[in-house]
Amino acid sequence: MTKNLRVKSSEYIDETNRISFKFNGRTYHGFKGDTLASALLANNVHLVGRSFKYHRPRGIMTSGSEEPNAIVQVNPGTNRTEPNVRATEVEIYEGLEASSQNCWPSVEFDIGGINNFLSPFFPAGFYYKTFMWPASFWEKYEFFIRHSAGLGKSPTSSDPDIYDHRNIHCDVLVVGAGISGILAAKNAAKNNFKTLLLDEKNELGGSTIFENNEFNKIDNKAPSEWLKAEIKELKNIKNLEIKTRTSVAAYHQYNYLLARENLTDHLEAKDKTNKIRQRLLKIRAKKVILATGALERPLIFNNNDRPGIMLSSAVKKYSEFYGVACGSRNVFFTNNDSAYESAISLYNKGINVEAIIDIREQSESKIVKKVKEAGIKVYWSHTIVDTAGYKRLNSISIMKLSNDGTSVTGSKISISCDCLGVAGGWTPAIHLYTQSGSKLKFDEKKQIFLPNQNTSEQISVGSCGGDFKIDEIIKNLNQNLKDNLNIKETDLDNIKVEIDQENSKRNIWLLPSDKPLGKTKPFVDYQNDATAKDIKLALREGFRSIEHVKRYTTTGMGTDQGKLGNMHALGIIADTAGVKMGELGTTTFRPPYTPLTFGTIVGRNVGKFFDIFRRTPMNDWHVENKAEFENVGQWKRAWYYPINGETMHQAVQRESKAARESAGILDASTLGKIDIQGSDASEFLNRVYTNAWSKLAIGKCRYGLMLNEDGMVYDDGVTTRLGENHYIMTTTTGGAANVLGKLEDYLQTEWPELDVYLTSVTDHYATASLCGPNSKKILKKIIPDLDLSDENFPHMSFKETNIGHIQCRIMRISFTGEHSYEINVQASYGKDLWKKCMEAGQEFNITPYGTETMHLLRAEKGFIIVGQDTDGTMTPIDLQMDWIVSKKKYDFIGKRSLYRSDTMREDRKQLVGLLTDDPNIVLEEGAQIVSELNQSPVEMLGHVTSSYFSPNLKKSIALAVVRGGKDMMGKKLFVPMENKNINVTVANPVFYDEKNERLNA
Amino acid sequence: MFLINCPYCGERDQQEFKAGGEAHIERPKQPTELSDDEWAEYLFMRKNIKGVQFERWNHAHGCRKWFNMVRDTSNDEIKAIYKMGEKPPTQ
Repeated sequence: MTKNLRVKSSEYIDETNRISFKFNGRTYHGFKGDTLASALLANNVHLVGRSFKYHRPRGIMTSGSEEPNAIVQVNPGTNRTEPNVRATEVEIYEGLEASSQNCWPSVEFDIGGINNFLSPFFPAGFYYKTFMWPASFWEKYEFFIRHSAGLGKSPTSSDPDIYDHRNIHCDVLVVGAGISGILAAKNAAKNNFKTLLLDEKNELGGSTIFENNEFNKIDNKAPSEWLKAEIKELKNIKNLEIKTRTSVAAYHQYNYLLARENLTDHLEAKDKTNKIRQRLLKIRAKKVILATGALERPLIFNNNDRPGIMLSSAVKKYSEFYGVACGSRNVFFTNNDSAYESAISLYNKGINVEAIIDIREQSESKIVKKVKEAGIKVYWSHTIVDTAGYKRLNSISIMKLSNDGTSVTGSKISISCDCLGVAGGWTPAIHLYTQSGSKLKFDEKKQIFLPNQNTSEQISVGSCGGDFKIDEIIKNLNQNLKDNLNIKETDLDNIKVEIDQENSKRNIWLLPSDKPLGKTKPFVDYQNDATAKDIKLALREGFRSIEHVKRYTTTGMGTDQGKLGNMHALGIIADTAGVKMGELGTTTFRPPYTPLTFGTIVGRNVGKFFDIFRRTPMNDWHVENKAEFENVGQWKRAWYYPINGETMHQAVQRESKAARESAGILDASTLGKIDIQGSDASEFLNRVYTNAWSKLAIGKCRYGLMLNEDGMVYDDGVTTRLGENHYIMTTTTGGAANVLGKLEDYLQTEWPELDVYLTSVTDHYATASLCGPNSKKILKKIIPDLDLSDENFPHMSFKETNIGHIQCRIMRISFTGEHSYEINVQASYGKDLWKKCMEAGQEFNITPYGTETMHLLRAEKGFIIVGQDTDGTMTPIDLQMDWIVSKKKYDFIGKRSLYRSDTMREDRKQLVGLLTDDPNIVLEEGAQIVSELNQSPVEMLGHVTSSYFSPNLKKSIALAVVRGGKDMMGKKLFVPMENKNINVTVANPVFYDEKNERLNA
Repeated sequence: MFLINCPYCGERDQQEFKAGGEAHIERPKQPTELSDDEWAEYLFMRKNIKGVQFERWNHAHGCRKWFNMVRDTSNDEIKAIYKMGEKPPTQ
């Protein structure tokens, strides 16, 4: 197992820099430049994981981001662990640890492997079919299904890394730095386009960088040599920014793309700290050039998934780029010429190639002749019918293919081998192209989907645009650049390309075996264990839409999104259903192209930056005085102020009593405040509130109720007339932004003729609400000059005055039912105002109270809170607030809806008070209300909306909405709870001081 | 993520905008004259077309102005943008 398969030094591998890493607990060595996959292959490790459903042993299949099998857990057990990482993309570093997933106790011996032998019992849709009955057993099934689902393990502690976002605007974005991407970026930048070139790998050059086919020449040089010189030149070009290790995750409309730039994943742990791990690039490009290349397809044959079976192009890359032989007895299986290039590549490095199995009848290209000259046996018109070797391929069986390609004939030949390179042709990587909304067409001749209708400023060049030969690539790229960037001359005009490449291919989506299909396992989606027979079963069971077949069989639904097998799935469906591929369409390729970590998505918006929060000018005082806070909208509001270890209940009871018996103070700065000016301001208020405003005198305040056009209560608050054409409106804390938006909407779109200007001044004022029988005495101490008599300053009126040199607006309004004042000052003086009130109130034992006490006090008075006692289905009539709805006004927002047959129903839910028969029981908010206990099913009449223990009344009180509640005064109802029924009586919602005598106390 | 050409501010990212539903539904001048059905037609009934749709948009995190947009909902192509009160473009 430990033999070294490093065959030849490679310029991309630094053999002087030896690196040790652990895989499944065992230490291995590789070199700087290796991926985890190449380093494992160099150590002759092919078995790296188990498949999802059957737990079949699986090996490394590819050399890139399309890898379906070799997905590992990186750094298991640490807070930097990451599941489902492709071993083909992990660059090794000293101290790297990785482990296999989806296997127990180990990848070598996996209990779940028994599923493979039970596989006849796990057809497509197995879970849907099996766990449907009896329905009551679902919970039991679910436990086991959840346990066996999922691949890797997510980290259990918080991510120590830093992530970042960056916005980039560019003229030209080039995605992919293979030969076409490099040439496109170079010519764009040279023509003064601000250009950004991205590639997911750490080296530029794509596959051409190790393209050493001796029959292809660019300017008389090997393509790899020629491209290396081009890459060197890139460094000297202005206007060009290059980012490697950067994978484009999503391509949205209007050329908006998201890319992940990986900055530290390839570094040792000590070099990772205090650095940004990954950066999400948010790119807005004027033009996008997609040069994403092509992915090699596998071939679909019986047992095509064993460790040691790889893509032919991957075998070549490991040998040319990493200097690693994937096997010592190699065989290739192909339907086109590219396997021959891989075979020659191995041959030139002295790696043994046993044979090539070709399903074509013949090919006469130079590379094929070269293979024959090298003495490598070619089996024409043959196919693999089976493979052997449980944890590593050890042999294949081949047979002659019939002329129509649907069956096999003759006798079976067995070939011993430990690595099989499979070449099924090339699929353009059109994933990003389709994400952008652009449409594909199917090319019958090439049997591939190609870009067709672009929806944004974009072009697809190189093999993702369907050009596979270097001469075609350069010729079409040149023309494309000239047309789309509007440039006359490029570097590409004078490039001389000599090429001998054959594109002949024989396409058979599902290769036959000597066994019937039902006895074989031809995998189409390796990660999800979907086989060709699953797809055929789905069709037999009546599925027709490609999207349905995908979901039923889970083809293409793994972390690799079916990058390898989707085309075969489509092909098999088309063949079976007897339709053309072009008519079938494709499934949708959704972002991200490769998975993103949550850290990258959220960037800096974690912890205290997760959401914006707003603090009042008095916030520091609340913190110093140990307030507990609650979130109201984005505001942090003081909730209650516990002293000496009080519970919330104890604190709220104390605060509530103090506010009624002497004095309390509330920070009301968060209430929304809208400054309204203009000659039509009064008319505007008439139209937006249910009550009348024309006659409100200057210096007076009025409570207003705002409806939606559907007649339901939307917001409420007190508005004060400051001058002839000047009002200040207050809104609920949470509703402020929406109310402003709604008012602006009506002004701009329905009533543009009104002369009204709205300005949000919520943040400009700090508000202290002083309440209780001693509030007047406290205010008198603060502003001795102000006449506070009821004659001069009555309830619902306003004074503009000064506290020392600070200008202030005082409204005598009350949300608690007590004599109270709302004092507004410029926000920067808020804390000062608060301290002055506290000082002046000390002799009256002034008690700061929070939102919870405010809620309790207003509930004692039966005042509603929009959003707590209403829920978007309550009209003012439902709230028993008929008094606020003007009968005289011709129109206001929502008026017509109050006369709809539905809003006029008598049996709507209406706001009532509830008293528990046992005054010590406090109802739960949200609890359901019924009139009968021994009925089944029982009719729910409504629910409790607000509920408190009132220290002032010494009993439990509640507000509730009850169907037909208006006419139920005194009626006995029940609140059934989990283990008891609570008896309640419908009551007047005003529990305290019904005659409002305390307002003037 | 659209790029929206606000008629007052110029091209801005979609993040700055808020969609406001179907355009050109005028609030009845005399709601009390309407039957329940007629009022319900104004209040509730909205088109949801796959194809060209007339919409209201608001530059909520910009100039806060409302304007109209003609958008093809099948591919999100913005065909026209015009101010409130202006006539919709004929196709």
